[in-house]
Formats: sequence, structure tokens, C-alpha cells
Amino acid sequence: MSEPAPRPRHRGQVMVAVGVAMLATLILIMILGPSIAPYSPSATSPNSLDGPTAAHWLGTDSIGRDLLSRLIVGGRGTLTITFVAVALALTAGLILGLTSGYIGGKVDLIIMRLLDVVFAFPVFLLAIAVVAALGPTVKNLILTIAIVYTPAMARVVRAPVLSIKRWDHVEAARSVGVGEFAIALRHVLPMAISPILVQTSLILANTIFTVTALSFLGLGPPPPDPNWGSMLAEARQFMELAPLTVIGPAVAIVFASLTFIVLANGLREMLDVGSR
Amino acid sequence: MTAPLLRVRDLSVTFPARRGRPPVKAVDRVSFDILPGRTVGLVGESGSGKTTTGRAILQLQAITGGSVSLLGKDLTKMSSSDVRAMRRHMQFVLQNPYSSLHPRMKVADILAEPLKVHRSVPAERIPERVAELMTLVNMDPASVRRYPHEFSGGQRQRIVIARALAVNPDFVVCDEPVSALDVRTQSQIVDLLHDLQDKLKLSYLFIAHDLAIVRAVAHQVAVMYGGRIVEFGDADDVYENPSHPYTRNLLEAVPIPDPARQRAKLAASVVDPQFRGRDGETGPCVFGHDHADGTSEWHEVGPGHAVSCRFWPPGVTP
Amino acid sequence: MLEVRDLTATFNREGTPSQVVNRIAFDIAPGEAVGFVGESGSGKSVTARAVMRLAPEGSSIAWGGRILFKGQDLLALDERQMRDVRGRRIAMVFQDPMASLNPVMTVGQQIDDMLMRHMGLSQGAARKRTIELLAQVGIRDPEIRADDYPHQFSGGMRQRVLIAIAVSCQPDLLIADEPTTALDVTVQAQILRLLMRLRKEIGMALMLITHDFGVIAGMVERVYVMHRGDIVESGQVDALFADPKHDYTKALLAAVPRIETARRSA
Repeated sequence: MSEPAPRPRHRGQVMVAVGVAMLATLILIMILGPSIAPYSPSATSPNSLDGPTAAHWLGTDSIGRDLLSRLIVGGRGTLTITFVAVALALTAGLILGLTSGYIGGKVDLIIMRLLDVVFAFPVFLLAIAVVAALGPTVKNLILTIAIVYTPAMARVVRAPVLSIKRWDHVEAARSVGVGEFAIALRHVLPMAISPILVQTSLILANTIFTVTALSFLGLGPPPPDPNWGSMLAEARQFMELAPLTVIGPAVAIVFASLTFIVLANGLREMLDVGSR
Repeated sequence: MTAPLLRVRDLSVTFPARRGRPPVKAVDRVSFDILPGRTVGLVGESGSGKTTTGRAILQLQAITGGSVSLLGKDLTKMSSSDVRAMRRHMQFVLQNPYSSLHPRMKVADILAEPLKVHRSVPAERIPERVAELMTLVNMDPASVRRYPHEFSGGQRQRIVIARALAVNPDFVVCDEPVSALDVRTQSQIVDLLHDLQDKLKLSYLFIAHDLAIVRAVAHQVAVMYGGRIVEFGDADDVYENPSHPYTRNLLEAVPIPDPARQRAKLAASVVDPQFRGRDGETGPCVFGHDHADGTSEWHEVGPGHAVSCRFWPPGVTP
Repeated sequence: MLEVRDLTATFNREGTPSQVVNRIAFDIAPGEAVGFVGESGSGKSVTARAVMRLAPEGSSIAWGGRILFKGQDLLALDERQMRDVRGRRIAMVFQDPMASLNPVMTVGQQIDDMLMRHMGLSQGAARKRTIELLAQVGIRDPEIRADDYPHQFSGGMRQRVLIAIAVSCQPDLLIADEPTTALDVTVQAQILRLLMRLRKEIGMALMLITHDFGVIAGMVERVYVMHRGDIVESGQVDALFADPKHDYTKALLAAVPRIETARRSA
């Protein structure tokens, strides 16, 4: 038996370390949120559209609210929606993708065709349509995003399952008498984890954009709770007067999605996804 | 006369037509018995249907006809949950020890899995049984906390065998169990299979392309070609008195680790015969029988030693 | 003709070098057939590739020592000079013929290429020779089969094509690395007979790498037994089989299953 050829996994490990550090920062901000924000995100001060001062490190917005505090608390809103929505999409995708790929045949055909119908719509249009129809609440936004990303998740799960279910150790488990449900969960799914991790990370990056974009359009959680998308929308009109009000949320959005892209690429190299 | 442990009758597997190709009869009316505590060797070249036969017997492959009875019960007429329960009696050792173990399960969990599935020992006794199994295959019971990749190929195949024996089966299908291993490891595994058979009164269906290995393990041998068994008999009879031209051709081709004899073998000029079917042909077969009346294609050449009249090259007579 | 001295091969795997061939020496005379036998990991394949200066797929390897081919040290040649040796004077046949053939070129084109590149033949002359070669390796209807793609051939036929390519330039040395391991036993016998016949017809030397003592027995005059990167024993094939000296060789020979040996009784 020949040994696998050596691969430069080191770079992947470094990227994953960076990605995890960035993610830890985001999660910390998310959890601590209001307790580390210097002001209440809705507290106003007389100094509106101020630049950075000792009191307000990033300045204030059009009605004198502290920008840093709003960014921190707004991040909590945006990220919570993103994580919960992707977690839902992942759960649905795992169930559908595993069922579809493992059982195969007609079941596979039906599930995949149904998902194709959802997948055929541009993600964004579909999201706008659903939120517009159901109303812009946090719950609806989460549900919408979960629905929109479920087909992609299901496909990511299904593809490796299709080949793993033919591997020898799966047949060995069946020959021992292990039930099909247990085989799917214990012998097939764990082998598919690497590509699923990578894709989940990429979908998280996309979801950040979708969530902020929908909020930007006013389809996100209603005011007064801040979130990065609506902050951008509010600040747009004062862009020339106070550029920080736009740059702040923009940088935050890019940082968050970069986190997941770095993580995805690092994982891809470290776990050697795609070479099997 | 002991009742056979396994009885295979007219087992057939046809793979459906694909991409304009006609359906393939991978296994075509295969019949044989295995007695308790005995080994039947199933030999043939790639594409002969020997692996599919093994999988079909274990109900891991949908069959298109025939029956498989284990301990007197017809597996082909059972519900899938009943078949699952019957797996306690029949087990499988696959060819490639590198891929037939779950790479992310510890050896202890791999060996415990069949015990849990069949509830064959109480939960608190599982570690004890796992250690017992490791000892049975001459492995250190202390190494069960390790993962498969930490073992050599031969050790992994011992673990595969231990898993197969976990639930005290009566019958084990070994599909090319040593062909991925080095020659010294091969002989160790063959010895182990021998010892286990003596100790546990196991029956084996030993599938292999290596005729020398089969000779070392089998009581009886079935030679497969084109989805069919063409010769069946006691190992000594088949190897010393091969009676089907395909068997002769196969045995003739086996290289012998003896320079003078092997040189002579290679120097002999050989015409490669064409083995043809007889399906649909009318008139007498090579043995002078006309099978239009539906009589068996099998012709006895000695006690318990028979050949099929199919696949005889033109001009060759018994 | 081939004189190898102090040959070492060192893999570099993620920064840690590991030596897989330890200062071995061997010779092959013109027209001689020499076998290298050993288990997996013995270094026999790496030794064969050293003579062609080919690193196994996807790895970096450092060679040491001298490989004198007709007095010329192959390890001292630059890559361009080495390309003239490869295929032209030393040719190689591998275990997996599909991996060694170009799937998008007809087998005829692949042999034509060799002949035009190394022998300087014109397109027309090359094709004529290609058809002769295909006939020589036992492919029926060579004019028609020359225009087929590798996937249209069976495993045994592909190996014949690979052998045709290898012998196309009438090399001085043919290296065959487990040439029949992937084949059925009846096909193996055909390929072994073919190699024997071509060796006589072309007068080339043969370096046969195999794990199979049965294959080596009938094919070669001398044998080197390899174990963990060392040559542990060498000698005339009849003497080595009849009276192995090294314990490792003894153990290997004792373990070889023999078709005459019946099952040990219970």
C-alpha cells in the first residue's frame, strides 16, 4: 500500500487558526454585546454626526447615538440571525441530503427535484418575496434565510453520501447486521463531515451578506434594535458628512464574512477536501 | 449424512441493462452446499461472478432468482428485519482491510458494534468479550483503544476477522481475505482461519482468485466462469484431476515457485482456448446428452466431483 | 551494462527525510534477465524507478550513489539528457497500464509518437512500424486496433500495448514493475510468455520487479531479494530457490502457497 503523498497542510492550519481567532472575537462580541458597549445603543446625545472623540470612539450617528455601541449591539442582532438561520438550514439539509443520498433511487429523485424548485429562484429574490409576504420580523427573516439555503446544504450533504455509502466499511457494517438508520448516521455521515464543514462556513459568509442586505432594504428586524444592514441604510444619506457611520458597519460586515471565508479555505486545505 | 449448513439453489443475479448495454447475468443458476465445519473455495477470474455470488448469499445484493438457505431457513423469503437477525449466523470478511474498517472508530467500538446490534452479551460484559475476541485472533487486548490506521494490514485483517466472529457465527464468507497482504502475512492469516475453524466449527465460503491459497484452505472447490460454476468437487480431485477445460487452463496458468518447472511451463506453446456457452444450442452436449429435455447440465466424473457441459471449446471432449 | 553502486533513495515527507533504499549495489549484463523480489515497502519499486530517475507520483525523492549505464552515470545527467535515455535505451512497464496510457490519444498515436521522437521516423514509417509492433505483442487486427483508445482494450490488451510502446525503440534494458500483478492468472501467463519472447527477439536485458516467487522463478537468471531497503540475498535463480541462505529469503519461500500442497488436515 502506498502512503498518501505529503501535502502542505501547514498553511491550512494557520488559516484555520486565524479564522477561529476572528470567529472567537465575533462570538465574544455577540455574547457580551450590551455589557461591553459603552452606551445604550438607543441613548442619544446632543452631538449628532460627530467624528471620533474621547467620549465616542467612533463618533455618533444622525441622532447622536454612539456608533461603537450600535455596532456592537447591531452585530449581535445580525450574527444571531445568521447563526440561527444557518443552523436551521444545516439541520434541514442534513436530514434531506442524508435521506436523499443514502436511500437514493426515487426518494432521491423526488427530494432533489423539490429542492431544485427552491434552488431555481435567485436567493435574494426569493428572500425578498417571502419576507415581503410574511412581514419583516426576526422570526420571518430567520425562516426565510433557512429555507433559501436549505437546498445548497442538502446538496453539500448528499454528494459525499452518494459515494461513501458504497465504501467497504459500510458494507461491512451492513453484513454485521447494523440497521440502515444507524449505518447512515454512524458510518456514512461522519465521513462526510469535512466537506460539510467547509460549505457551511462558506454559506455563513454568504448569509451575512443576505441578512445585512435584507435589513438594508428594510426587510430585517424592525427598529429600534440596531443591525449592521439598517445602520448602513440610515447612514447612507449622511455619507459625506460622517463617513465613519458608513465605514463602521461596512467594515464589520466584511470582517464577519471574511472570517468565514478564511475559515472555509483553511478547513479545505487542512482537511484535504476535494482530493478524495 | 449431515444436513448442509448452507444450501444455495439456482442463485441468479442479473444486473439491469445500462446505457445501451444488454443486461448482464453476473450469477447464473449457481447451486452448491456447504457442510458444517467445512470450507468451500470459490475460484474464478475477474468478472466470473464470484464476488457477486458471495454478496448475494449474504443478502447484500438483490437476487433475481433461486434460493439461499442457512440453517434450514430460506433467506430469500425473509423480511429484511428477519435477515438482519439471521446475520448473527453469517458474517463477512472483505478483501481490503484498509477500507473495511470505519477509519474514525476505535477498535473497541468496531468490535462492540455487532455485540450491541445482536444484544449477544449484556452491556457490562462487552469490554470483556472484546478483549476475548482480540485474544482469539492473537492480538493484544490492550490495543483496543487505538484506531485502525495505527495497525498494519495483517493486524487490520485480524480485527476484521474478530469483528466477524464477535457474535459466534456459523458461517463466514471470506472474499479475497488475503489478496491485499504480503506473502508471510497471507500465510499467518490462513493459519488463523484454520485454527478458528477447528476451534469454533465454522463453515467458510472462501472466495479467491489465487488457486494456491484456495488449495491451502478448501475442502471442496467450485470453479466459476461466466457467472456459472463449471466444476465442483473435493479440492484434491479438482486440483489433481481437473476435468473441465476451463479449470485445466486456469491451473496450467498458475506460476510455480520452482525455476526449472516454471521455465518449462512458459516455454510450452499454448493456444488460448475460446470458452463458449451452450445456451440455446440444440443437439447432444460434449457428454452426448441432449439437454432439451431439461436434464441437468452437470456430469459426474467421480464421487462428488462433477463438471458442467457448458463452456467447452470446440473440439475438446472429456 | 548496468552497474549500480551505493544507491540510496531518500523521501522527503513534510520535512522529515526517510531513507527507503540503503546503499545497495547490483549489476545487469547485456541481455540478462534479473529479478528483484520482496514484500511491499522493501524498496524494490523505488530501486526500479531510480534507474529511470522517476520519483513516485506526488513525492520528492533524493537519489545518491552511482547508476552506471554503459559507463555513463545516469544520476549525473541533466534532465534533457535523461529524457534521451528514458524510453529510448531504458524502457519501463508499470503495474497499472491504464495509468500509463494517455486516455485521449489512440494507442497507435502513442506508439507513433515514441517512434517519431526517439527513432526519427516519418509519420508514415512510424505507423507502419506501429502496426508491426502491435502484431508482435499479439494484438489481433493491428491496423484496426491502432485507431482505438486505451479504454477500448481489456486489462491484458492494455498491458500488451504498454509493452509495445516500451519495446518500440528496441531498448537495451526493459524494466517491468509488477507487470502482471493487476491481471488475471491466465492473462498473466500470456504476458509472461510475451515478455520472454520479446526479450529473445530484441536481445534486451530485463529487470523484473515482483512480489510473486512463481512469476520470478521462470523469468530470470538471477535474483536479488530486497527487504526494508537492503538487498539481503542475491544469486542464480535455481540456487536461490533450492538453497536460500538468508533467513528472510527462507521465511518468504516457506510462506509461498503452493498449488500442490493440500489443505492441512483438521
